[in-house]
Amino acid sequence: MSNAPLVTGAPRDIVGPVATPAAGSDFAARFRANSEYVVIPLIALLIAAALFAVFLMAIGKSPVDFVSYVWRGGFGTSFSLQNTLQRSAPLILTALAVAIPARIGLIMIGGEGALVLGGFASAVVAIPMLGRVPPMPTLIIMAIFAMIVGGFWVGLAGFLRYARGVNETISSLLLTYIGIAIMNFFVEGALRDLSDPNKPSTKPLGKAYMVGVIPGTEVHWGIVFGVALCIALYILMTRTTFGFAARVTGGNFRAALAQGLPVGRLIVACSAIAGACAGLAGFFEVAAIQGRANASLAAGYGFTGILVSFLARHNPLAIPVVAILFGGLVASGGLIQRRMGLPDATVLVLQGLIFVVLLTSETLYGRFSMFKPPAERDRT
Amino acid sequence: MSGYEFTRRNLLKSAALSAAGASLNLPAFSRAFAAADLTVGIVYVGARDDFGWNQAHAVAIKSLKEVPGVKVVEEENVPETDAVSKSMESMINLDGAGLILATSFGYYKPFVLDLAKKYPDVQFRHAAPLWNKDTDPKNAGSYFGYLNQAHYVNGVAAGLCTKTNKIGFVAAKPIASVLSNINSVLLGARSVNPNASVRVIFTGDWSMPVREAESANALVDAGCDVITCHVDGPKVVIETAEKRGVMSCGHNASQAPLAPKGFITGAEYKWITIYKGYASDLAAGKTLPNFLIGGYEVDFVQNTPFGAAATDPAKKAALAAIAGLKAKKPIYVGPLKDNKTGKVVIDKTYDNLDPYLDKMDYLLEGVVGSTT
Amino acid sequence: MNEPAILTVLIAMLGGAIRVSTPFMFVSLGECLTEKSGRVNLGLEGTLVLGAMVAYAFSYHTGSPWIGVLAAGVAGSALGAMHGSICGLPRVNDVAVGIAMMLFGVGVAFFFGKPYIQPEAPRLGSIPLGLWSDSASLKSALQVNPLFFIGIALAVVMAWSLRNTRWGLVVRTVGDSAAAARAMGISVNFVRLMTTTVGGFAAGVGGAFLSLSYPGSWNQGLSSGQGLMAVALVIFARWDPLRCIAAALLFGAAGAIGPSLQSIGITQGYYFFNAAPYILTLGIMIATSSAKHSARDMPGELSIAK
Repeated sequence: MSNAPLVTGAPRDIVGPVATPAAGSDFAARFRANSEYVVIPLIALLIAAALFAVFLMAIGKSPVDFVSYVWRGGFGTSFSLQNTLQRSAPLILTALAVAIPARIGLIMIGGEGALVLGGFASAVVAIPMLGRVPPMPTLIIMAIFAMIVGGFWVGLAGFLRYARGVNETISSLLLTYIGIAIMNFFVEGALRDLSDPNKPSTKPLGKAYMVGVIPGTEVHWGIVFGVALCIALYILMTRTTFGFAARVTGGNFRAALAQGLPVGRLIVACSAIAGACAGLAGFFEVAAIQGRANASLAAGYGFTGILVSFLARHNPLAIPVVAILFGGLVASGGLIQRRMGLPDATVLVLQGLIFVVLLTSETLYGRFSMFKPPAERDRT
Repeated sequence: MSGYEFTRRNLLKSAALSAAGASLNLPAFSRAFAAADLTVGIVYVGARDDFGWNQAHAVAIKSLKEVPGVKVVEEENVPETDAVSKSMESMINLDGAGLILATSFGYYKPFVLDLAKKYPDVQFRHAAPLWNKDTDPKNAGSYFGYLNQAHYVNGVAAGLCTKTNKIGFVAAKPIASVLSNINSVLLGARSVNPNASVRVIFTGDWSMPVREAESANALVDAGCDVITCHVDGPKVVIETAEKRGVMSCGHNASQAPLAPKGFITGAEYKWITIYKGYASDLAAGKTLPNFLIGGYEVDFVQNTPFGAAATDPAKKAALAAIAGLKAKKPIYVGPLKDNKTGKVVIDKTYDNLDPYLDKMDYLLEGVVGSTT
Repeated sequence: MNEPAILTVLIAMLGGAIRVSTPFMFVSLGECLTEKSGRVNLGLEGTLVLGAMVAYAFSYHTGSPWIGVLAAGVAGSALGAMHGSICGLPRVNDVAVGIAMMLFGVGVAFFFGKPYIQPEAPRLGSIPLGLWSDSASLKSALQVNPLFFIGIALAVVMAWSLRNTRWGLVVRTVGDSAAAARAMGISVNFVRLMTTTVGGFAAGVGGAFLSLSYPGSWNQGLSSGQGLMAVALVIFARWDPLRCIAAALLFGAAGAIGPSLQSIGITQGYYFFNAAPYILTLGIMIATSSAKHSARDMPGELSIAK
């Protein structure tokens, strides 16, 4: 029985190997190596689609119809496309909440709880400001509060992992359930707005204090902030010392410790960033969609975000693309229900299938010689 | 099973129609409500066959499908977020719906309201008494059956069937309509049995089978011999009560088959009255009423036929209560105190549809339980 | 009924401990076996829900609830085998696959389970053990389902065979040091595939209990994270099957606190009482973990340990 401390950090191949520094910095070689990260997921998606098509045919439905409805409902008309973008906005942020800790080797799935508490915090902090402080500063303060509260919540899981070795996957999930209970407790009790007796909520923000839509569209600003955050965090994780230190820690914990990296601070920082992203998603749910905090905040965006992040291989630049794909799937769900008579669980099955196939495809990396630079191919 | 009815022909027909509509961007005005073609879109917050809230709507809308010229599109498990906006919009744009029925509380503000402003030629009706004639658009509206009247009848029957004088109530959340149901059961029971009391346990959410079963068990352990509830799917509560050998009263839809020995009666919605009314109004080209609420006096609620546990005196009293409610006999006759502070919350006699009752946030004295 | 309030709560907790603990027992025993061999299966939540659906469906069609239980076990082992074989491939992360299987299992269960929400299926009967008592609530608390005893028996068998049989030694070796196992000529992947499959069978049976005994109904809200809590339970029980039973009983009792307190009139803050199991799990995990020393008895090969 080894006496090794719990938090050892043998390589957890979630992130995948860093692309081999191409011999001679040849662009073609780098392209070849990196294309592996695009081709294999694509193959996986095709396989998942094929399996799903078989499934559909087995229950007597037409896969062609399915695809056409996904297209029509998700991307085919201007309405559908905007629906998709709206659905993707929270997914981008909650996916970031999984991607950033993944880079440091943690699997955190507490986005849902951080979203709920962040949204709740922002609704609450707005109450004394409504009518006294103008909308723009109010919204900024609300967003900041949402990020602080969300960041604290997931940061807590990160801290527990570092200080006490508590498995972060389970603790972040437990914190999600606890966070939702906290929100419900306050929303139905002390902070309940009494003017609406039938749906316990906090005090409504009112139209003037809500985040509006991007002019010319019907999509709110959340998606812009989501994409901007993706770019910013990508730069943070790949081009700064912090990001480099985090990735070293994620790759080999012991080596990072040996190097003297402030591992504890890195873990908590990454967890807090993750929670802040999810908290921001909660802010947008409250300020752009609902106008108040209530039980509808726990709509599952956090959990779908997990999926999006894994599919994007935890790369912040790939997240918006995957989120939009998923947004389209979810957006077309209603049409599929109505036209094909399929239950809404169909989309769940498809998502699960994609996830499973994609994770299985991890095993294909490094197997195909076409992705290796010519010199390497000759080695056995 | 309901829902898998779309034949190939229907599919092709609707696909062709909507393809034409989408590509031509037909303006809203051309969606004429001719008797020949009306599409009604209905959105459920849960599963259609939950033996409860959603099923009550689904059963009613099924009879609408029989009406010639009416097509119904349904979508279930739509959460109370902007997802419902998109669902409704999709029904309008891609299915050509002319009437949208939104069946969950949280759909109204802001989703139904915003969409009603955007599509002035589509009619929106929401299943909760929230429409405000001064601030809300005219193509939106509310409809609601005051189920508490049927719960009052439950209480009357239970009050005469109970031997321990304790009636157990498993409730989801402490919102006005739930609280009114609880209070009505109490008032109904006390009208025939002054010693009756109601014990309530809140589970915290609309559908939590394990907690509902635990709550039902806890109530029976605390001495209740009649169990009733207000949760989305009463199946578990009624089955648990039956397993424990106590009596039960149903809610939302008919659970009589689940409790062959212990069922007394149940409070059911009769949405069909309203839906058929809407369909015929639309077919005749009339505008739909904006605010359609009521109870027994307009046949919007009903009680499940009596089960095996209903005694003859209970049946007689219940039928008399129903007759009284049909004649608009008031339930809330003051002065009545609340059960926490003892202050008078019902000061006078309130008509059964009085909006004051819609703001209920208290439990009456005689109910054991707390709202927080 | 006329007993003092505290007794009411205690009896309710006893009843809850017996009733609500059974699915926890089966899932945690299944996960215990899987983790003993060095693999984590977070997908048991999906297996639990799928097991519940399959059990209800088979019971409905065949009229026999025990066939339903068996079918649930088979379905669970199918999911377990799927998890085990995928994780056996190189470079696949088993925690992630678990989350994916959870999603997939729940999706399939809801998809095929739709027609079964309404109909009544024959349920599992209970053995009334409380006939000696005068108290109706105690009698009801002691209505014990045979699966409860099967679960305890399973734990005893598992504990004994892990310690005393060759197969148990193989599993433990694979879990503590894969290199040592390979040196002995054991196929690590095969052993893990077997344990994950058997673990899935157990979780499926746990799900069958939910739909066929308590609460005894199939619908989409049946499980609220019980599968995942069972995984935490295993850590709390320090990978000992007998302690898993004790932990499951504790959790069952914790789940019964909320409604029971309300029934005797303590009604404030019921949200927190309802969240008690989660808070309890988290508290226990914090208390039993430590950064300095590895958790005692943790199989060395577990990826969550690395």
